[in-house]
Amino acid sequence: MLAFAIRRLLQSVLVMLAVGFIAFSLFNFTGDPVALMLPPEATQADRDEVRKSLGLDEPSYVQFAIFVKNGLQGNFGISLRLGRPVSQLLIERLPATLELAMTAALLGLLIGIPMGIFTALKRDSWTSKVFLTGSLIGVSLPNFLIGIFLILIFAVWLGWLPSFGRGDVTQIGYWSTGFLTQSGLKALVLPAITLGFYPVTLIMRLVRAEMLEVLRTDYIKFARARGLTNHAVHFGHALKNTLVPVITITGLQLGGLIAFAIITETVFQWPGMGLLFIQAVQFADIPVMAAYLCLIGFIFVSINLMVDMLYYVVDPRLRVDRATSGGH
Amino acid sequence: MVDLMRRFFDGDVWHSFKRNPLVIVATVAALICLLAAAFAPWIAPHNPFDLKTLNLLDAFSPPAWTAAGKSEFLLGTDDQGRDVLSTIMHGSRVSLVVGICAVFLSMVIGITLGLISGYVGGALDAFIMRVADIQLSFPAILIALLIDGVARAVIAKENHDQVAVYVLIFAIAASGWVQYARTVRGSTLVERNKEYVQAARVIGRRSLAIMFSHVLPNVMGPVMVLATLHVGTAIITEATLSFLGVGVPPTQPSLGTLIRVGNDFLFSGEWWITVFPGLALVILVLSINIIGDWLRDALNPKLR
Repeated sequence: MLAFAIRRLLQSVLVMLAVGFIAFSLFNFTGDPVALMLPPEATQADRDEVRKSLGLDEPSYVQFAIFVKNGLQGNFGISLRLGRPVSQLLIERLPATLELAMTAALLGLLIGIPMGIFTALKRDSWTSKVFLTGSLIGVSLPNFLIGIFLILIFAVWLGWLPSFGRGDVTQIGYWSTGFLTQSGLKALVLPAITLGFYPVTLIMRLVRAEMLEVLRTDYIKFARARGLTNHAVHFGHALKNTLVPVITITGLQLGGLIAFAIITETVFQWPGMGLLFIQAVQFADIPVMAAYLCLIGFIFVSINLMVDMLYYVVDPRLRVDRATSGGH
Repeated sequence: MVDLMRRFFDGDVWHSFKRNPLVIVATVAALICLLAAAFAPWIAPHNPFDLKTLNLLDAFSPPAWTAAGKSEFLLGTDDQGRDVLSTIMHGSRVSLVVGICAVFLSMVIGITLGLISGYVGGALDAFIMRVADIQLSFPAILIALLIDGVARAVIAKENHDQVAVYVLIFAIAASGWVQYARTVRGSTLVERNKEYVQAARVIGRRSLAIMFSHVLPNVMGPVMVLATLHVGTAIITEATLSFLGVGVPPTQPSLGTLIRVGNDFLFSGEWWITVFPGLALVILVLSINIIGDWLRDALNPKLR
């Protein structure tokens, strides 16, 4: 276990270093950072001063080390567009994105799992066919279009729900939450449905496939032979075994949801990290892009690491697998 | 050629096609989109980019079947008085060109790296596959966005509009090569030990020639299926990037740009400026995906 954990951890560190290197290259290949940071009337002495204070007179591997050190301390410099420290901007925006992504993931589980069970147990009913066709259309629909159609129907035509922003937020320490006010909850509905669309279809298909697979196994046949009721077989025996991969995939999807929130946040002008990032891309605001990249990279790598570790703990078969194919 | 045609029409694929109404509908829809886009400059009812023919008095006129609609503008007009149907036809043209070029480039990158990885093996293989693993753990859209953002920072603003389309194609291609590389590598690992490869090696052909003229034709099957499905994804990615405002410049709008522009008028009630390009995008992508799905099943002998 320990050897596996250490090897996996080292891999994650390597990936993070690679991501950090890309972020670092962003700074170096996109013009002179000193020129960007100083007013045009600065003298050569000023430039040399800043160059030295940033460590830009050092060779590039030392610069990279400085960049990593600063990054670990959360120091990614000043946003070119907003003129404020990037880390501060990201911390302000983080709660909005996380609340949105969590709600979407929850929607995925709460709607996707029952729909998956239903389509697996009642394969030939027309409701199942509607669900499955709907999910195919859902996958083909670009996410932003779902958002636009929802806005058109529920905000413009019916006028039930707000179409942009977060509503009123309550500040709890560093965290600003929209869960506690009515307008905050109302504002969350449409973005969460938009972002949750993909996880719902994904989880539904996954649960259905797993369920069909499990229902064919011997222990289910045995359970039926013992005369257990359908209900006990389906929910006591079959469902339990389908949930492990479902939870893993949902966990892995959470990182994807945070990244995909870029699109949803743009459609609904949701003040999260994604909106910050897309504005950074439009304005070529390199410090924000680099910091967002590192943060998303970190989230992805830690989720992957946690899921791998959990798998290892939960599923003893993997230990044999890993031991034989290890170090590839 | 005639022989090839006969073999195709007698074959299993054609048989499965004839028995599948959904796929026939999808193919017809995809062909209509394709033809409308290809011949847009000649068959579109108006030329939306010819400023002389535009009349601001025509702006915001709703679809023809509504009370205030004008019969010459079937799907209505946008804020500058451009005919929505014509902009959709021209927009699909841009979307399709970008999508198909991106898929082609992606395929070339992926196949080359996959062949090298599978045939040469060793440290190079390990390196390419590690990079692929890392890239695969990030969503494609994020990678495309990043490449686009970097290009924006590197290229001067006044030159950017001219190269924006190429940057976009490259960004989408670079975000999608991994699947091809993995598939090709897998098949190459199997093929490289077969006798025909050994025979080619024995008669002294060079590795590069063996890879591209002997191994490649035998690994192309799955690649073609991947490519069909990828066209749908690439068009969605292009539309998304253009919608986010980092795709093609507004001077040559794609479907995504049209949706983005129309989005501003959603609240003032001019829904048709967004909804029709959106529907066009959905029909295009959905029909390509249905064809791709069917092709995958029809070409896979295990499922027969």
